[in-house]
Amino acid sequence: MEGEPLIYLTCVAIAGADYCVIAADTRMSTGYSILTRDYSKICQLAEKSVMASSGFQADVRALQKVLAARHLIYQHQHNKQMSCPAMAQLLSNTLYYKRFFPYYAFNVLGGLDNEGKGCVFTYDAVGSYERVGYSSQGSGSTLIMPFLDNQLKSPSPLLLPAQDAVTPLSEPEAIDLVKTCFASATERDIYTGDKLEIVVLNANGIRRDYMELRKD
Amino acid sequence: MGTSKNSAYAYQIVGGWDRLASLNTWGYPYVTGTSVIGIKYKDGILMTADMGGSYGSTLRYKSVERMKPVGKHSLLGASGEISDFQEILSYLDELILYDNMWDDGNSLGPKEVHNYLTRVMYNRRNKFNPLWNSLVLGGIKNGQKYLGTVNMIGVHFEDNHVATGFGNHLARPILRDEWHENLSFEEGVKLLEKCMRVLLYRDRSAVNKLQIAKITEEGVTLSKPYALKTFWQFSAFQNPTVGAEGSW
Repeated sequence: MEGEPLIYLTCVAIAGADYCVIAADTRMSTGYSILTRDYSKICQLAEKSVMASSGFQADVRALQKVLAARHLIYQHQHNKQMSCPAMAQLLSNTLYYKRFFPYYAFNVLGGLDNEGKGCVFTYDAVGSYERVGYSSQGSGSTLIMPFLDNQLKSPSPLLLPAQDAVTPLSEPEAIDLVKTCFASATERDIYTGDKLEIVVLNANGIRRDYMELRKD
Repeated sequence: MGTSKNSAYAYQIVGGWDRLASLNTWGYPYVTGTSVIGIKYKDGILMTADMGGSYGSTLRYKSVERMKPVGKHSLLGASGEISDFQEILSYLDELILYDNMWDDGNSLGPKEVHNYLTRVMYNRRNKFNPLWNSLVLGGIKNGQKYLGTVNMIGVHFEDNHVATGFGNHLARPILRDEWHENLSFEEGVKLLEKCMRVLLYRDRSAVNKLQIAKITEEGVTLSKPYALKTFWQFSAFQNPTVGAEGSW
């Protein structure tokens, strides 16, 4: 059987004091072929929660649908939007529900918490998750994560009292950093390229930007 | 059938290709069609597929219609196992029937049909019993053109041009270079024929008998089957034995 077409993509999320940036490229590939250059992997699950996923495309879409349906039910029952931490827990539970036939999806959830601060949650395929200041997933994550570690200097989670992981960078600086990450990842990762989609969540709402990347 | 679902699952973990094939849990294709290509053009969608049904390396059936209209607004093309395509048509017949029975003036557009097909393909894959097809679904409703694809494991997307199988490797690069918005019908047909000619030369399961289908706001038209002009008069083929002493 031919190899399962995976979206080997790269996605990145960075949390700031009052904003959150989530970015992913728009290439979908299988093996050595590009299926399409214009596929969005970023999905807005709730007003203040945005998810980007890499992995097996059909599983990712099914997961997005399940979460969207669950969010709709939540809205009917509670008459309000789900907060980002609540969505984070829901995503974790949904993934673990299929612990023995997993969603082959590697997710990064970004958004604003109840206080309006940026939050980023990073997951594995079966639901273990952690709130962090920044994260990346996908084929380019091995290239990007060390760079973000260097630039964003996240404090150790072992410190007491617990220190905030969100970056002190301003929103334009964080967006610039994300663009730099992807420009570099595109150079060396064959699965990253074509176009970069950047979603920014802040007090004013949600905004989508695009940047061209190398197409080779 | 006698084999319980549990033992079938055990075979999948342990067994190789032949065991899976014999238990028919993964499924295995018998009569297959090759590439389907679809493009958006000015007035709607153009789709093309040849009419061959191969039984392994035998060209068993030479008049297989691999593109069929679905409802009022869509056209479905399939590559892969022909019997699974017929099954899918049967599912879609039922879907369209129920849609018509509502009699509410609404009708399922290509986006909806594509979504339905995606769910069907993905759920079959999750039960380890896939419909062994790669589908191209194109249509136009209320001026909105739609062209999408879904394959046997549920991977799906939409684009301005799509192709299945070998078409992905041979036709897509041509389309990436030469497709543009607002192709006229003639330009679109020429482009598709160019792709099909390349496939004919290079895909061993391609046959020189194809149909082109057009779907516009007015409806679906399937062309009569016809053949492409091909060129085999390469000088090296004219006198192949010249220069090979003792050859014939």
